[in-house]
Amino acid sequence: MDYGVSDADGSRQYRAIKILLAGGFGVGKTTLVGAVSEIRPLRTEEPLTEGSLRTDSTTGVEGKTTTTVAMDFGRISLRSDLVLYLFGTPGQQRFWFMWDELAIGALGAVVLADTRRLADSFPAIDYFERRQIPFIVALNCFDGATRHDTQDVRMALDLEPDLPIILCDARSKESAKEVLITLVEHVLVTASEEPLSGIV
Amino acid sequence: MPSNDERWLDAEAGPVVRPYALTQGRTRHTGESVDLVATVMATRAFADPASLAPEHISVLQLARTPTTVADIASDVDLPLGVVRIILADLRELGLVVIRTPVVMAERVDKHTLREVLNGLRGL
Repeated sequence: MDYGVSDADGSRQYRAIKILLAGGFGVGKTTLVGAVSEIRPLRTEEPLTEGSLRTDSTTGVEGKTTTTVAMDFGRISLRSDLVLYLFGTPGQQRFWFMWDELAIGALGAVVLADTRRLADSFPAIDYFERRQIPFIVALNCFDGATRHDTQDVRMALDLEPDLPIILCDARSKESAKEVLITLVEHVLVTASEEPLSGIV
Repeated sequence: MPSNDERWLDAEAGPVVRPYALTQGRTRHTGESVDLVATVMATRAFADPASLAPEHISVLQLARTPTTVADIASDVDLPLGVVRIILADLRELGLVVIRTPVVMAERVDKHTLREVLNGLRGL
């Protein structure tokens, strides 16, 4: 896209790649981001809802329609001109307004799931499927959690046979790396199979 | 395992009204939308420090090297919406250019994907 300015000093273009990490509350999104990247704080805005309007005092600021929420993102410098950004999508429904913003232009997504609460990952899976955003499912194996056979999980989540499901330990850097590698490999395969056209 | 997820959405951030004083109360920026990982670069146009707010100058300084919107917002510790308005102001003044992220522009670039893979494997 031409903004009227070329790469001033002939340097290569800085490339920022966005990956989303979705999943239910408490499933280990921040843990996984922290295991593999430098975590950075970010303040963003949330529209005030009916519920929060009742609890937040807005006297004197009647025009106030948003409140700030804190979120983090992870930053992984792969090369000086190639940086990966990991954004955790807040799992609760009241934060869904942020998903669209985060999803635009994302390379793909990881749905982090807890085998004890698989249903928590339904909304994220549904979201990415409907928008045709490539994603994989990573099962965070909490201590003592049963290592479900991934086929059982595939059935329970009603996932396509070629959609990668991997087991992970969100606390481990190697494991978190493997999750990201699996996603990027999946995106590559998906890109080879489907010449992208007519995507809405 | 302890849950750290509260960090994504903890409410310590405080009021949003005062930060928006920096933007003269504007909560919407002008021009096309600015992605979180859009790259911001300062141009070589002359910026008169006297005509800019300190926050605009801070953002401009960060953009001397290509920097993403998310990184700038994190560095200046202002809400994302405020940073977007400041960036739109700077863009209107011709002081920065904002580049759409590669993946957004081209959707899938296999060469970049392979570079990402190699980079991840080398971590």
